[in-house]
Amino acid sequence: MSFKSNNKVVQWVEDRLPIISVMHHSIYEYPMPKNLNYLWNFGSLAGFALVTMIVTGIILAMQYTAHVDLAFNSVERIMRDVNNGWLIRYIHMNMASFFFIAVYIHMFRGLYYGSYKAPRELLWQLGVVIFLLMMATAFMGYVLPWGQMSFWGATVITNLFSAIPIVGENIVTWLWGGFSVDNPTLNRFFALHYLLPFIIVAVVMLHLIALHTVSSNNPLGIDMKGPQDSLPMQPYYTIKDLLGVGVFLIAFSVFLFWAPNYMGHPDNYIPANPLSTPAHIVPEWYFLPFYAILRAIPDKLGGVLAMFGAIAVLFILPWLDRSPIRSCKFRPMARIFFWIFLINGLALGYLGGQPAEGVFVIASRIATAYYFFHFLVLMPFILPMIERPRELPSSIHEAVMKS
Amino acid sequence: MADGATPANSAQGSGETRREFLYLTAGAMTVVGAAGALWPMIDSMNPSADVLALSSTEVDLSPIEEGQSVTITWRGKPVFIRRRTGAEINTAEETPLADLPDPQPDADRVEKPEWLILVGVCTHLGCVPLGQKTGESRGEFGGWFCPCHGSHYDTSGRIRKGPAPKNLEVPPYVFLTDSSIKIG
Ligand code: HEM
Ligand code: FES
Repeated sequence: MSFKSNNKVVQWVEDRLPIISVMHHSIYEYPMPKNLNYLWNFGSLAGFALVTMIVTGIILAMQYTAHVDLAFNSVERIMRDVNNGWLIRYIHMNMASFFFIAVYIHMFRGLYYGSYKAPRELLWQLGVVIFLLMMATAFMGYVLPWGQMSFWGATVITNLFSAIPIVGENIVTWLWGGFSVDNPTLNRFFALHYLLPFIIVAVVMLHLIALHTVSSNNPLGIDMKGPQDSLPMQPYYTIKDLLGVGVFLIAFSVFLFWAPNYMGHPDNYIPANPLSTPAHIVPEWYFLPFYAILRAIPDKLGGVLAMFGAIAVLFILPWLDRSPIRSCKFRPMARIFFWIFLINGLALGYLGGQPAEGVFVIASRIATAYYFFHFLVLMPFILPMIERPRELPSSIHEAVMKS
Repeated sequence: MADGATPANSAQGSGETRREFLYLTAGAMTVVGAAGALWPMIDSMNPSADVLALSSTEVDLSPIEEGQSVTITWRGKPVFIRRRTGAEINTAEETPLADLPDPQPDADRVEKPEWLILVGVCTHLGCVPLGQKTGESRGEFGGWFCPCHGSHYDTSGRIRKGPAPKNLEVPPYVFLTDSSIKIG
C-alpha cells in the first residue's frame, strides 16, 4: 500500500485520510485470479442494479404519495404527467427483477464453485443477509403502488406471522398498526422501503471487506499462490465488468422498452380493494420458489417454517457441505446434483405460479422435499460416501497454460 | 466484609469480585434502561387512538331478505351478514362436531339462528372468501370458499376443508332492536 502521489492536494488528503490509497489498493492494483469466467461478473452487476434502484427510487419518492387514497393515483400521475416519469418508474420496476436475476446467478455461481467454503463462510453469510434484505425491500416496494396485488400480497405475507403460536396475532396487528393492511401499514412500508436499501449498501460494504480479506474464489477453486496466478483489477477486470454492464443493459433495455410489464401482474393496475380478493394471488416471480414451499406444507405454521427454513439452510451451508474440494469441476457427483438442484429450483418457481390444487400440490411437495434433501442429507452424508473427487491442478497458472 | 484475616476471605473481598458485581449490575441496568427506552418506540407502531376509535359500526338489517347476504366494513375488514334459510340453519345445527376441524356448535356462533354474522377474512392467510354474491362459488359445504389456497367453510362459517386452521371469526355484536345490530 505504498501510495505516493505527485499531486500536492492528493498527498495532503492522503496524509489525513487514507481514502485514496485504500481505493488504489482495492479497485486498482487489487490482485484477482486470472482465470475468472463471466459468472464472476454478476457481483458487479448486482452492485450496479443496487445503485440504479437507489437513484431511481429517490426520484420516484419525490413524486409519490404514501396514502391509501392517493398512492395509486400518484403512481398513475408519475406514469402520465411527470416528465419521463414512465421511464423512471419502469426502470425501477424492471431493475428490481434484473437485480434478482443477477443475484440468483451470483448465488448459483457460489454454489457451483464452492465459494461458501472456508475461508469464505462469512462472505457467503453476508450475502444471504443481503438476499433477505432485498426480499424485504422488494416486498415492501411492491405494496407502494397500492394496486390489488400490492394489497393482497401484503395481506397474505404479513398474515404469515399469525402462524406464530400465542403472540402471532399481536405481532400481525403490530405490523399493520391496525386491524387490517391499511394506511398505517402503507406509511411504514414506505419509510422502510426507503431505509432498507441503504442498510443493504452497508452490508454490501462488509461483504466487500470480507471479499478483499479472503480474495476471490475462481473456477478451479484453488488458492492463488503467487503473482503468476493473478491479474490486477485495473484494467483487466474493470474493463471486463464494464463489458458485462453493457450486455446487461442491452438485455434490460429489451424489457424496459418493449415489455415493461412482462414481469409484473396486470391486477396491480386495479386499485386496492380490501373487500375483494383477486381470484389468483401470485407474488412477484422472484419469490415464487419460496411461495411454492410455503404452500406445499398443508399446515399453516409448518409452511411458514419451511419457507424460512429454505433460506436458513443457505446460512449454514458452509458447514453442511463437508467436501474439502471447492469447485464442482473436480466433483463428478456434486456437479450432477448441482444441476438437479437448479432444475428443482426452477420447478419450484414454476409451481409457485400455479394454482394450489391437484398435481401441482403433489409436485410442490416432492420439489420441496428434494430442496431440503439436497442440503440436509445429500451434501453432508451421501456425497462424502459416494464421491471420489478428481485431482486438482497444482496452480492456476499451470492449469491456464495447459488449456 | 473485606476485613477478614483468612486468605479465603481476602480473596472474596478483593477488587476482582466487587468489580465483577458492578459490571453485572451496571450491565443489567443498561439492558433494562435500553428496553424501557425501546418499548415506547415499538408500541408507537401498534394501533393508534384514532384507529381504535373507528371500531364500532351499526347496521340496519331490515332490507336483507331471507337467503341474502351483505358485506359491510368494520375496522377496515369485510363483515359478512347472511340471513340464513331454514335449510341452511338445519344443516349447520345438525353437523356432528366430530366432522369439524375446529369444533364449535352452531348455537355458539349466532345470537339468533336466522342471522349469521362473520368477519369475512379467511383464517389461513387473510383473503376474503367467495360466496357473498349470487353466482360465486360457495364451496363444497354451501357456505364460503376461499380461492387463495382452497379453504371451504360451511353455513355456519366453520372450516371444513383446506389449509385454514380455524372457523371464520364471529365479531362482537349486539342486537340494538330486532332489526339492527351494533358491531364492535
Ligand atoms: C434494493 C433496492 C430496491 C428494490 C429491490 C426496490 C423494489 C421496488 C419495487 C419492486 C417496487 C414496485 C414497482 C411497481 O410495481 O410499481 C418499488 C416501488 C417504489 N420504490 Fe423501490 N426498490 C428499491 C430501492 C428504492 C429506494 C432507495 C427508494 C427511494 C428512496 C425507492 C422508492 C420507491 C417508490 C417511491 C416506489 C413507488 C413507486 C412505484 O410503484 O413505482 N425504492 N420498489
Ligand atoms: S387465505 Fe384463504 S385459503 Fe389461504
